Amino acid sequence: MMQAVIQATMDFLKLYWAPLLCGLVIVAVLPLIVGYIVLVERKLMADMQARLGPMRVGPHGLLQPIADAVKLLIKEDIIPDNADKLVFWLAPVLSVGAALLSIAGLAIGPAFQIAKDINIGILFVVGVSAMGIFGIVLGGWASNSHYSLMGSLRSSAQLVSYETAAGMALVSGLLLTGTLNIKAIVEAQYNEGIWFVMLAPVAFFIYLVASIAETNRAPFDLPEAESELVAGYMTEFSGFRWSLYFLAEYTNMIVVSSVATTLFLGGWLRPFARVHFFNFLDYVPPLLMIGVAGYCLLRTPKQPSRVQQLFMLAVAGLCLALALVLLAPVALPIAKPLYAGIHGGFWFIFKVSAYIYFFMWLRFTIPRYRFDQLMRLGWQFLIPLSIVNVLVVGVALIVGSYFNLHGWSMLLVTTPAAIIALVVALMILAAGQQSSAGKENAPASDFYAG
Amino acid sequence: MLDKVLFYIFAGLAIASGALMVTRRNAVHSAIFLVTALLATAGIFLQLRAEFLFIVQIILYVGGIMVLFIFVIMLVNLDVALQQIQFARQKWVALIVALALSAQFGLMLWSSEKIPGQGIPVLAAPPASELPANSEAVAQSLFGNYLLAFEIASVLLLVAMIGAVVMAKKEK
Repeated sequence: MMQAVIQATMDFLKLYWAPLLCGLVIVAVLPLIVGYIVLVERKLMADMQARLGPMRVGPHGLLQPIADAVKLLIKEDIIPDNADKLVFWLAPVLSVGAALLSIAGLAIGPAFQIAKDINIGILFVVGVSAMGIFGIVLGGWASNSHYSLMGSLRSSAQLVSYETAAGMALVSGLLLTGTLNIKAIVEAQYNEGIWFVMLAPVAFFIYLVASIAETNRAPFDLPEAESELVAGYMTEFSGFRWSLYFLAEYTNMIVVSSVATTLFLGGWLRPFARVHFFNFLDYVPPLLMIGVAGYCLLRTPKQPSRVQQLFMLAVAGLCLALALVLLAPVALPIAKPLYAGIHGGFWFIFKVSAYIYFFMWLRFTIPRYRFDQLMRLGWQFLIPLSIVNVLVVGVALIVGSYFNLHGWSMLLVTTPAAIIALVVALMILAAGQQSSAGKENAPASDFYAG
Repeated sequence: MLDKVLFYIFAGLAIASGALMVTRRNAVHSAIFLVTALLATAGIFLQLRAEFLFIVQIILYVGGIMVLFIFVIMLVNLDVALQQIQFARQKWVALIVALALSAQFGLMLWSSEKIPGQGIPVLAAPPASELPANSEAVAQSLFGNYLLAFEIASVLLLVAMIGAVVMAKKEK
């Protein structure tokens, strides 16, 4: 019996060692990445508000995420007396579990994918990451506090409403490929020679808005609106449990950006991947890294203490090493087979970072919505628009296949479709304004009459 | 070997959480166990190589319907509900239904083909390479063979949806 179990385990490991290793790497590295995303966010916020941001821990606050993580780990873990202990324990774990699991379906470059070639690819990522909502809802309920409950009620209402719009936007994108497999989606964009954001711009816009709402980010961060609800569903959570929620939120950001990158922004493809004239773009990644390294070296003498100077040198060295790795497949003929894996990974991460940067930019720019505005935007604008968009994109594709159009000439049919969708959007907006104007008048006249 | 172990894990989980879901007094706990049962069923779908059913089960039941359930449960005042008698006691009806169901299952197991050497009747699954891609197969049968039934069902759902909106709308 014992031997059979060991035998089965060995067979299992022999078959699945690669995905298991990838999974371990993700679970180990992701918290670090999330920590640095938070640092970037704080730095950006500071920059946009004309401050410096974290500067104390490490040069330019580069070690701040590690200090934060240690602080969160050694904080006292408080469970409120009247909380539902089991659910309180379960909720943050559910959130993080769903977020990490959904990464399994993503492809970071053609070489790095945990669940390779699953037939339902993008649906798996979307569906599993949507399960994280249980963590938020149950956490808010289990805390046994009014603020938390309000936060989780808002969150579930928000997620259910915006998931429909996001799903419809994904459908319009998927119509262009005819497959759910992530690898096949990117390959379709390679074969067409055009990213799908050009062919379905309205769908991309809808997905952008809906994905911000789904990750509970500003301007849609009503579940944790600190001016109204303290911290929403996270109010009663402290220390490590709180940081689990934080990890889940930022992981979800990475997931939605990766889905958008895969479907609309060409995944791991270089811009103009099929045009040889643009092959010089292959030198951009190593040059970028060398530039960052040069900047670090330039700043090194200006650091106040010896430790910080050494740290700055280490960062510069790391960037140079990365530049070498990125340069190798372009310059050396021997390393040519590694080109797709290395450069694919670079471009994918670059696009995801750009998407996340846009998220942050929006957060610092736009004030928070009111809850009824949020619901109206979701139900009365985004969902009708997304349904209309699926319709017009479908018609455009049929017309395109009738005239046998491919690649850039597809724009001939998809651009009118996008314009029709935009006109419909304007009509919906106008109708909404008319009805809301009517509503505002009605109670006012009642008030004066009374 | 691994397949069998996984099947028994999922099946046991589904049955146990189903039983727990019925017996919990706290409605939120019941909902959590219902989610577990649905996820375990999804796992069995995945094991049968029905990936599309697996993800539809997760997106629709777990991610959609159960979230709405919990939403409604949280709006109800649980402290009041806990003190009321929540368990309907319809022993005889339940007994008859359970007997009829088990008779049906028993008949099906007894009459289905048995694999030689093993006592358990199983429907042999074709190897993965022979199957058409899963979501394509579902789409083919939904929009090809059963188009009329599919459209009738969607019209029914639309009518129900509009009906719900009309009934929920306040009288002016």
